[in-house]
Amino acid sequence: MAYIVPRPKLTFAEKMYLPSIVAGMAITFKHLKRMLKGETKVVMQYPEEKWDSNMPEHYRGAPTLVKDDHGRERCVACQLCEFICPPRAITISPGEIPAENKFAKVEKYPVEFKIDMIRCIYCGMCEEVCPEQAIFLRKDYAITGTSRAEMVNDKEKLYEMGGVFDGLIHKWNPKK
Amino acid sequence: MDFIHSIPWFLIFASLAKTIFIIFLVVLPMVSYTVYAERRVSALIQDRVGPNRTGFPLTLLGFKKDFSPFLGGLGQPVADAVKFLLKEDFTPGHVNKPYFWLAPALAMMPALITLAAIPFGSVLDLDFLLIPLGHLFGAEWGHGPVKMIISDMNVGLLFMFAISSVSVYGIVLAGWSSNSKYPFLGGIRSTSQMISYELCMGLSAVPVLLVASSSGLSSIVNYQVAHGWLLLPFTDGSLTLREILLWIPIAIAFVTFTISMFAETNRLPFDLPESETELVAGYHTEYSSMKFALFFLGEYTAMIAGSALIVVLFFGGWHLPFIPDGSRGGFWGAIFGFVNITAFFAKVAMLLVVFIWVRWTLPRFRYDQLMKLGWLYLFEIALANIFLTAGILAFT
Repeated sequence: MAYIVPRPKLTFAEKMYLPSIVAGMAITFKHLKRMLKGETKVVMQYPEEKWDSNMPEHYRGAPTLVKDDHGRERCVACQLCEFICPPRAITISPGEIPAENKFAKVEKYPVEFKIDMIRCIYCGMCEEVCPEQAIFLRKDYAITGTSRAEMVNDKEKLYEMGGVFDGLIHKWNPKK
Repeated sequence: MDFIHSIPWFLIFASLAKTIFIIFLVVLPMVSYTVYAERRVSALIQDRVGPNRTGFPLTLLGFKKDFSPFLGGLGQPVADAVKFLLKEDFTPGHVNKPYFWLAPALAMMPALITLAAIPFGSVLDLDFLLIPLGHLFGAEWGHGPVKMIISDMNVGLLFMFAISSVSVYGIVLAGWSSNSKYPFLGGIRSTSQMISYELCMGLSAVPVLLVASSSGLSSIVNYQVAHGWLLLPFTDGSLTLREILLWIPIAIAFVTFTISMFAETNRLPFDLPESETELVAGYHTEYSSMKFALFFLGEYTAMIAGSALIVVLFFGGWHLPFIPDGSRGGFWGAIFGFVNITAFFAKVAMLLVVFIWVRWTLPRFRYDQLMKLGWLYLFEIALANIFLTAGILAFT
């Protein structure tokens, strides 16, 4: 059986249409007033307000290298991160630490450590695979450059971004 | 020599100065900032921020800092204008070129011409400046007060209606010469809409003419200065029974006139000629660059001319209560003259905000609803309103 939807009976005011225009304009004016008084929450005004304070703890930004509290670079150039990196963004040239260096027993260090930020996909596998806790994804997200060469972070830049990190692993300390 | 002396140089210069002042210094900047206000107010109504970035790039001129005034984004109209001028002016191959080129000019010009009949101020008497300045050059420059209206016709209202109806040609020609279906549909819609609502607009202005017993816009304003604004009759400090009775037909006339003004300027809720959701962009779909901008500017200039007409007819033109006009002469006379001009444009700006506010509140009418509203309701109401006004005038 067909069900017939009854047509709504409009009152005279509704047929006139003018009261609803006034009501609608009152609503839009309310929105305007709330915006002008700053009561409406609007989007982040990006260059003035930054994400930094609102960043979640687990955010994966640019990968960086860190030094330990003795100033030793934690990376031992094992190249695990280079091999695990899905987009092959990491390039390491390992070298031997000279005997007269006070960290000589660590044996290897990266002569060059390059991360191509055009390739990097911020997956965090390098951080996960690193046995030395030497590479960490930090919260840097606004990574820009005007050329491809500029987008490759070299060792100096990586340490500058990473800074000092006193990690859990201190296996080299007793042998120092 | 007699011929040169017989030329009314002062009138020519005064008219030129008034035209340049009102067109280039007031109305065109007002148009571009109305576009900015449109974007900003619509953003605020929709809980967005709107264009708040573009300042004035003073660093290009050697200054230390860019100038970005209080609200931000006030440089946006300038940037828009530069963009429109620099964009490629593309003419599609399938259009009818002469009419395609004529249409944008026809859309812009009538709106500008109608401004000639608008009394945008009382009188301005700059003799206190001009007489000493003339003595420097050994000439007699004083001329007494000058009326702040470019052309003071005693048929000003009819002139406005006549010229503003010409702007339909711009839209029709654009729609037809584009040789493309959506502009064509837009042009057809616009023709029927503007012709239908012109009737209603003309009829709803008749009660004002009856009350002020003149169709010259400056004499309508002078009537309102003497007897209080037509819509707010208490502004002259007194309220008679006749004024209270006349207020009813005047209010009806105001509503019908404003509604038909919205239809006449193709503004929402009556923007069927360019309804984006149905007709791409309506009659200016095929236009680009400055030709498109002329349609855009024409629409907003028509909005300003329409608001100015509403202010003149219903809100007392340049008059503010307790502020005299500029006819007393001297320094203070000139100041009052400028205050009157400012008051007029402030009223126009308020009406423009209402135009914008309505646009971002109401949805678009359906085409048959538009025609029904125009022909079956507004036309009859305006017609009956004339008899009501005449009756009240006859028996009070």
